[in-house]
Amino acid sequence: MPKSKAKPKRVVSKRHQQQERRRFLRSAAMTAGVVAVSLLGYIPVVKGWVNRLRPPGALNEDRFLSSCIKCGQCVQVCPVNAIKLMDLESGFGNGTPYIDARAQACDFSCDGLQCVLACPTGTLTHDLNFPADTRMGIAKLADPNVNSNRCLAMQGKGFKGQTRGADYQGLLRYDDIDRWNPIRVSEHPYDLELCDLCVRQCPIEIRITQCAEAEPVEGKIERVAQKQGNECPPIHAIALEKVDGVMTPVIKEGCVGCGVCEMICPPEPAAIVIDVHPDREERRA
Amino acid sequence: MSGMKDSLAELFGRAPRRPHQDEISAEAKKLHATQKNDPDRIAAIHAELAHKAIHKEPQIWRRRRWAVLIAVNLLFVVSYWLDIQLLEGALTGSRFVGFHMADLNSALQVTLAFKHMVLNLVIGTVTVFIMWWLLGGRTFCSWVCPYHLVAEWAEMIHLWLVKKKLVKDHPLDRKARNWSWMIFAVLAIVTGYTVFETISPTGIISRALIYGPGLALVWVFLLLLFEIFYSRRAWCRYLCPIGLTYGLVGATSPFRIRYNLESCFHEGECRKVCEVPHVLDLVIKGRATDLNVSLGADCTRCGRCVETCPTNSLNFKFKGLGDLL
Repeated sequence: MPKSKAKPKRVVSKRHQQQERRRFLRSAAMTAGVVAVSLLGYIPVVKGWVNRLRPPGALNEDRFLSSCIKCGQCVQVCPVNAIKLMDLESGFGNGTPYIDARAQACDFSCDGLQCVLACPTGTLTHDLNFPADTRMGIAKLADPNVNSNRCLAMQGKGFKGQTRGADYQGLLRYDDIDRWNPIRVSEHPYDLELCDLCVRQCPIEIRITQCAEAEPVEGKIERVAQKQGNECPPIHAIALEKVDGVMTPVIKEGCVGCGVCEMICPPEPAAIVIDVHPDREERRA
Repeated sequence: MSGMKDSLAELFGRAPRRPHQDEISAEAKKLHATQKNDPDRIAAIHAELAHKAIHKEPQIWRRRRWAVLIAVNLLFVVSYWLDIQLLEGALTGSRFVGFHMADLNSALQVTLAFKHMVLNLVIGTVTVFIMWWLLGGRTFCSWVCPYHLVAEWAEMIHLWLVKKKLVKDHPLDRKARNWSWMIFAVLAIVTGYTVFETISPTGIISRALIYGPGLALVWVFLLLLFEIFYSRRAWCRYLCPIGLTYGLVGATSPFRIRYNLESCFHEGECRKVCEVPHVLDLVIKGRATDLNVSLGADCTRCGRCVETCPTNSLNFKFKGLGDLL
């Protein structure tokens, strides 16, 4: 083995120094660029563009955004495909789930809040057990003015035919048709003397009716879920009531903001819409 | 123990160093001194390399790796589209036959931003930690990450353009990855948002495959353009915090690529194909400290050196299981 000579002091040429410097500056610029791009994601959040209807059990918007791992497991389990994922234009919201109620609302046809069970990070909190416990938002009349409102009931009109037209892809569960498989809304035409679709299809109201009907059956409880008391919603969500002599959809405290009323409402755009609640945890409490 | 220190230092961007004479074992010293004195053997290797240059051999490990990478990502897609619930979710967080799995870097981002970990996430994180510790850490990068695959294709274009002298590679500072890791960790803590997840190409591609493409792919495309025209494999080498996270996991992993000094003739073929060539500096004549040395934590265990080495001096090795493959 040749004797290793004493190491000469590392001579760094000026050229080499310059190269090193340039490389460092380039690396710093690249890192800063990537961080800057990622921080652009703040804009849609600050502007509130990402405030959309979130799946059942969603934490308050800021906590929701920080805890969501963007995996889409909630998307995969939803039987009516109500949940979609946000894209890059929503900044920090990229990959987080939302519901476009007008296109497809959450009708709780899974019964067990599958999205909540699927969520690995508690972003859809496990603190709720039943649809009536959720507070995604709250329904409201898009236009409170009686005279200009598009609501058919307030105009005293009925509704006949396919709400939302023949091409509408949205799904709903109709218990009397198929308990387990949601069908297309277009396959379920209506013939109503006075339009009450928002009340008639409200999942909370449907459940309240089922509970009321099931109760008189002595010694036999029809539905498994009803064995547990609070599965029956304690408060109403919506009702058609006479307000100043006009039949009006009135939103009650039990409204969970699932969006079925917005989805089913025949006029275009809908007469009833969901107000999104970024601070939904407080409402749930 | 100095091996571990060097392995981590190189993971954190330090250039590989020449070992001191007293760090090299006596056997290794002897080999360093004598090995090149076998002209017949060297001539034979050169002849073999010349032959290989014309008659290209299949790159078996790359084939296997790509097959695994595509299969894993397809499993997510197929599982959702056929509704068979085998592998639900995306690479950031998933369930394998019902068992929680969470990408370590995503889990870290969420935890730092949310400052709280629910049990499911703990289970998922621990599971994945153990899995990738056993499998080698950055194995995730080369065997699973979908961005790695498209970046490999972009690299091919880049190298072709370099050969045609149309573009020039700008090597950057590998320490940039530490900064990006730190900055994104601090941003998650301070802002309370998972800032990195917004631009993570791994998450973006994984979701695009499963839930359909979107605008976010434009960002991935821009990254690839940067790699093709400016700096070779820039994202994986200099920026991706996921790589550093998994590198740390794999630092103590029993699954390694092991270098054997005795059979090596220092042709340097392995370093030409390596995804992270600094981990192969130890194959340079005079560098190996022992007859058998494991590659450092930044190695992605991709196996390209294994299939390329003309003398089979690099092999997969699982500590305690004898020679693997």
